[in-house]
Amino acid sequence: MLGLAGFAIFWVLTVPKTHGATALLGLSGNADKGALVFAAAGCASCHAAKDAKETDRLILSGGRAFPSDFGTFYAPNISPDTEHGIGTWTLAQFANAVSFGTSPTGKHYYPAFPYSTYQNMELADIADLYAYFQTLPASAEPAKPHAVPFPFNIRRSLGMWKILLMPKGFHLPETGLTEVELRGRYLVEAMGHCTECHTSRNFLGGLRTDHWLAGGPNSDGKGSIPNITPHKQGIKSWAEIDIVTYLNSGFTPEYDSAGGAMAEVVENMAHLPPEDHKAIAAYLQKIPPLPKP
Amino acid sequence: MTNIITKLAATAAITLAMATPSIAANPAIKARQALMQIYVFNISQLGAMAKGVVAYDSAAATAAANNLLAAATMDQSAMWPQGTDNEAMFGETAALPAIWTTYPAVAEKGKALVEVAGAMAAVAGTDLASLQGAMGALGGGCGGCHKQFRQPKD
Repeated sequence: MLGLAGFAIFWVLTVPKTHGATALLGLSGNADKGALVFAAAGCASCHAAKDAKETDRLILSGGRAFPSDFGTFYAPNISPDTEHGIGTWTLAQFANAVSFGTSPTGKHYYPAFPYSTYQNMELADIADLYAYFQTLPASAEPAKPHAVPFPFNIRRSLGMWKILLMPKGFHLPETGLTEVELRGRYLVEAMGHCTECHTSRNFLGGLRTDHWLAGGPNSDGKGSIPNITPHKQGIKSWAEIDIVTYLNSGFTPEYDSAGGAMAEVVENMAHLPPEDHKAIAAYLQKIPPLPKP
Repeated sequence: MTNIITKLAATAAITLAMATPSIAANPAIKARQALMQIYVFNISQLGAMAKGVVAYDSAAATAAANNLLAAATMDQSAMWPQGTDNEAMFGETAALPAIWTTYPAVAEKGKALVEVAGAMAAVAGTDLASLQGAMGALGGGCGGCHKQFRQPKD
């Protein structure tokens, strides 16, 4: 009996969230603005085929593998193909996926999809992104199932993960931030999902938010992730122009160049206006300096 | 457990790499690392002007861009012999085995670098705005190889 009650509580707590019926009323997306959201949110970095270049980065056929401590995730096809992609999705279904990690059939997505960042995105931006997605080429690449073993394959338990381990709202408090810093915070904490790699995780895959952007081991097991706080172990010595240059060209102050996954981030950043690079720099200079965990 | 071992091994590799900075014993590795230094030195001349750290100087910018183009155009085939990847030559190089297993993909990236270095050489002497405008693509040329073929470093 107690077990049954416990299960009932679990079941109620873990209901996948959706936007209310009126939340999206009156929103009509602008595809041109959506192109910038697409670049800032880095959709192509995961959903385009591995090593896709230039216009091929707009074919969101999925298939790229993401090994983790919990199994291997495969990026799904999110091109507008009506059979293999998300061509039949309504704006509401799209927004529920992006904001809450909830699928059109009411299931939890794995947090490899960075909805823990996208939850902070304005609905107007999601509508713009949705409009832009409709303009992208369709791909008939079939989705590949995730290779995630028990117990992590019980999707309902992700509801618990979301309650306990997903940060709520923005990390850096709004008080005292300039307009530029606020834009930077939005780019980093709502779209750019910098923290998904640059903040280390606990054994359950939750972000260790007290080590915000301070780097740590690489979850795919190779090397480590740099500390990007203004700490001496991080990028304290980088001036604003150094951060801006890194974002628009990939060159570090030593003129080494970005490699690995960060090279793709730089490719996305190239589509954003220079003010956005400055805003990200302002944010990164504003966050608390922290040593590497 | 395997993952922990991998992580430990990776940490050890990084520590080792840091403990022995760029004193590669293999002459081919030494040569290509030296060539990278030539790239870096000349790009840093251009970058300092682009950032406004150093005043723009048309002749100096042209010289740096031409050097970079000359270095990028050099035939490097003998500098990348089989068996000089970061698994075979642990701690001496960050060159991933994919350079050899996916050949000629890396050669395509090399050509792309020559192209963007050429574009920089064509405009570096024009004015500061043109130089600044060519920096992003130049960075992309470097990133082309570093994205796929270099062991990520901290």
